[in-house]
Amino acid sequence: MSVATQDTAIRTGRVTRTLIYLVLVLFALFYMLPLYVMVVNSVKPLEEITGGGMMNLPVVFTLEPWAKAWSSAQIGVEPTGLSPYFWNSIKMVVPAVAISTVLGALNGYVLTKWRFKYDTIVFGLILFACFIPFQIVLIPMAKMLGLMGLAGTTWGLVLVHVVYGVGFTTLYFRNYYAVFPTELIRAAQIDGAGFFQIFWRILLPSSGPIAVVSIIWQFTNIWNDFLFGASFAGAGSQPMTVALNNLVQASHGVKEYNVHFAGAILAALPTLLVYIVAGRYFVRGLMAGSVKG
Amino acid sequence: MALSADTDFKTRLQTWLPKLVLSPSLALVLVFVYGFILFSVYLSFTDSRLLPSFGWVGWENYSKLWRLSHWETSLTNMGIFAALYIGICTALGLSLAIFLDQKIRGEGFIRTIYLYPMALSFIVTGTAWKWFLDPGIGLENVMQSWGWTSFEFDWIKNRDFAIYTVVLAAVWQTSGFVMAMFLAGLRGIDNEILKAAQMDGASNWNLYRRIIIPQLRPAFLSAFVILSHLAIKTFDLVIALTGGGPGRATELPATFMYSYTFSRNQMGIGAASATIMLMTIAAIMIPYLYAELREKK
Repeated sequence: MSVATQDTAIRTGRVTRTLIYLVLVLFALFYMLPLYVMVVNSVKPLEEITGGGMMNLPVVFTLEPWAKAWSSAQIGVEPTGLSPYFWNSIKMVVPAVAISTVLGALNGYVLTKWRFKYDTIVFGLILFACFIPFQIVLIPMAKMLGLMGLAGTTWGLVLVHVVYGVGFTTLYFRNYYAVFPTELIRAAQIDGAGFFQIFWRILLPSSGPIAVVSIIWQFTNIWNDFLFGASFAGAGSQPMTVALNNLVQASHGVKEYNVHFAGAILAALPTLLVYIVAGRYFVRGLMAGSVKG
Repeated sequence: MALSADTDFKTRLQTWLPKLVLSPSLALVLVFVYGFILFSVYLSFTDSRLLPSFGWVGWENYSKLWRLSHWETSLTNMGIFAALYIGICTALGLSLAIFLDQKIRGEGFIRTIYLYPMALSFIVTGTAWKWFLDPGIGLENVMQSWGWTSFEFDWIKNRDFAIYTVVLAAVWQTSGFVMAMFLAGLRGIDNEILKAAQMDGASNWNLYRRIIIPQLRPAFLSAFVILSHLAIKTFDLVIALTGGGPGRATELPATFMYSYTFSRNQMGIGAASATIMLMTIAAIMIPYLYAELREKK
């Protein structure tokens, strides 16, 4: 008896296995294809692309497209490259992720350990907010941001992302805290610990895995958002995705595909890095929260 | 006396504190989600054009909307897109998950490759596929330069086929994620039942068809809910990949709403289309969330 047959009941023949590997590798190539296209074409001169060599490795290797995409490409009317927009995105993402995660943790704590009448309805109301098509809030949101004096600002975008992200963070923390032993909380209460003391001393120290999930999820969603950025950002707060789209869709001049590809990689790099570095913890944290809900 | 009043205050604070902590989020959601929904729905019954205005026009925007060929195109495209996107993602996700569940060497590595598109922005995905599918520089040009001179692939520029390129890019982005959902489901199935069935002489095909796949029902349901909700929300991918074109060949309700509201100054009609989108999503999400929340009580 080999180890393998103990783990799984399914046994497959040699031919079947070969076919399975073949299919898996083919699909791996399919998923890699756009990344390959972006990377090889971002380091070759434009003529090599327009000459029909999109799939070829570069003959002449150059980092010029990257430099241009970052610092001198024409975005809208200004030849600034993508760098200012990259920082706009950072300035928006960091506070939005932090605030929505903290709120989600507190909400999850209240909804599981300080339950009250109708708490499930409150949670349902918060949760449904994640799934609405955002088209339904665009018009009033634009008006509201104007009234609050936040129209076109980074803080306006932070507010928008916190509001429509807090449902997800609440969901994660709620599911995670639901399996946390309530007896520990009761014991601490008997010892005289208050609401925040219990949160701070007992729940927070063991919240690492779910905090990682919440942060990765929010970071990816907010960094990748286009709709809110396109609708509410002003000249000084446009995020990376909007700038990339402006770069690629520009109708004037020669289409510099290599610069577009370099720009696309720049826009993808932060989330891709997060995925490669912390993706494991994301899946593990999700599992920890969903063992029992 | 003073002391007891103080402790009294403290206990009362302790009972109110949890609700107090929850209230900012709830207030935000009530105003920015439910208040805004009511506002938009109200606008859909008004004569709003460039800016919100409050002249009541009844169902006029809705009847106008349903007469617009532009809206009809968006809905037809949505039907094609949603059916293919959900169908292909589910079929592909399930197949890849089953294949990957056969003690595959390098499973972790392959999984990483299948899943990474999910981390990308639809604008990035759209850009990559836009140029790869472009007949001038992409696949068609490459094939021709490799000697297959009669090769033609201009779907992205072809009114009748452009919507399928949106399906292709969207499937590329999400199918790995669906695969991961099914894989998690497969890993949760009890092997003892399978072994017993195998003793009785069941073939692999029958094992999957009769025992394993029926047990994946929750995964199918979650996949369907997530995919249909993503499909209705699809906006950035179309903007980046085709811009809704050629012509209106790839317009979807989300892009329709955006252009009617913000560039055609028909806010009333835009709000009406957004309301219909919301109703569609609500019809799928509310029963699902209701069932989920009840179960977990």
